[in-house]
Amino acid sequence: MGGRASAFLLVGFAALGLGLASLSAQTADAPPSDRKSGFDYMGPDSQAMQKDDLSNPGMLGVLDGEAMWNAPAGTTQKSCAACHGDARESMKGVAAKYPLLDEATKTPIDLVGRIDQCRVDRQQAAALPREGRESLALTAFVGLQSRGMPLAPPDDARLTPFRKAGEALYTRRMGQLNFSCAQCHDDNAGGHLGSAPIPQAHPTGYPIYRLEWQSLGSLQRRLRNCMVGTRAEPFAYGSPEFINLELYLNWRARGMEVETPGVRP
Amino acid sequence: MPKPGSRRSRMMFSVDRPALALASLLLSAGCAFAEDPARYVIENGAIASPLTGQPGDPARGRKIVAERQKGLCLLCHQGPFPEERFQGDLAPTLAGAGSRLSEGELRLRLVDGTKVNPETIMPSYYRTDHLQRVPPAFAGRTLLTAAEIEDVVAFLSTLRDEAKAGNPSKEAK
Ligand code: HEC
Ligand code: HEC
Repeated sequence: MGGRASAFLLVGFAALGLGLASLSAQTADAPPSDRKSGFDYMGPDSQAMQKDDLSNPGMLGVLDGEAMWNAPAGTTQKSCAACHGDARESMKGVAAKYPLLDEATKTPIDLVGRIDQCRVDRQQAAALPREGRESLALTAFVGLQSRGMPLAPPDDARLTPFRKAGEALYTRRMGQLNFSCAQCHDDNAGGHLGSAPIPQAHPTGYPIYRLEWQSLGSLQRRLRNCMVGTRAEPFAYGSPEFINLELYLNWRARGMEVETPGVRP
Repeated sequence: MPKPGSRRSRMMFSVDRPALALASLLLSAGCAFAEDPARYVIENGAIASPLTGQPGDPARGRKIVAERQKGLCLLCHQGPFPEERFQGDLAPTLAGAGSRLSEGELRLRLVDGTKVNPETIMPSYYRTDHLQRVPPAFAGRTLLTAAEIEDVVAFLSTLRDEAKAGNPSKEAK
């Protein structure tokens, strides 16, 4: 994937410059220096794997996503590019804002949901099942266009009740083991659960390539892992609960740098 | 390309699908623990009497504590288990627990640690109420049976000499 990947690399670096510039203008609760990405808890090998596009396995998904971006689909036989043009321009910074308020329904929608809306309504193509290879590939490709930019959840008052609901879930104990997200990720971040370092749960790299999964996976898949770990009934993919949690996590991580596609153990 | 197959699976957080978690849990919990929890009395920060009316077996207790799927203790605690790698560091060491706490105090901490510290992250091993989103397969089941609690209490009571444990302890919070 040589030439392609180095093109991505260049775009990545360009975006990184932009990202750093706007990062300093951004303010958040905790100073960004106190906040750590899951990347910071990884060993040097995994870090190197993420940083080098030639060895980051998530880049394969990104390439699939790019092909889908340009492929005609559905009864309209329109590609994503037919409406949006060059993703490097039109999708720059887009993933960093999601979830945001869907003006039609007045409820929050995540990036996967928005892509699906385009598929079904605008391309008139079959919906892409969440967590399927194609859905992950397209979100990874769109996500890459925000790499190096700060997470920028919209400061939209209409989202506040949803974000608050997400925060309530984050602090609520769940499951047979009776943990809340906050107990692990706020109170015990940096500690070790068995051998696993507990990260601060910032959703900076999604979709990620998780070595344990040996595939790309979404933030919601990660959250389901955590819930299953606490022996709680996980929320369904695409459920309002997950989107609210995602809103809260993004807000909590606002200003942090997008890493998509991240690599995680 | 990396060699993704080289990762070890990671205890409870390696489990991706609920079905798998269930399978591993049901296997490990071969005994019937859907029993109605025994009644007990909390007095002076302790449960003085054994839940089963008789003392437990320390050797069985040690096994429960060391087994990842069963006790889960070493996810958070360290202890005198030189053979066990990957002990967590979220809790005070178990070494010396028997010197610091009486049998009754140990029992209460296992049965329902929230009675000692409402904010504790330590799961209540003998409590089924006030839990949320527990999947049907686990609902109404305690993490350990009364007999297993007694085995663990018996084992922890034998952990008397902290100095010999050779494990750095984290301060109790
Ligand atoms: C008992 C501890 C525990 C609980 C409870 C828990 N998590 Fe996690 N979480 C972890 C660990 C450990 C990891 C690191 C993954 C690994 O290596 O297994 C993790 C990873 C994550 C990540 C990935 C961060 C990254 O860098 O990609 C997110 C996001 C996250 N958790 C969110 C949550 C949310 C939201 C909840 C509640 C619904 C939750 N967690 C509950 C222990 C926990
Ligand atoms: C998810 C984390 C976690 C798990 C799992 C866990 N504990 Fe704990 N435990 C703690 C914490 C934290 C404390 C410190 C006191 C508190 O927070 O209430 C504690 C306290 C204790 C104490 C009192 C120690 C002292 O010196 O005061 C004992 C004894 C104990 N645990 C035994 C066990 C045993 C045995 C198991 C397994 C059957 C276990 N714990 C599982 C987190 C855990």
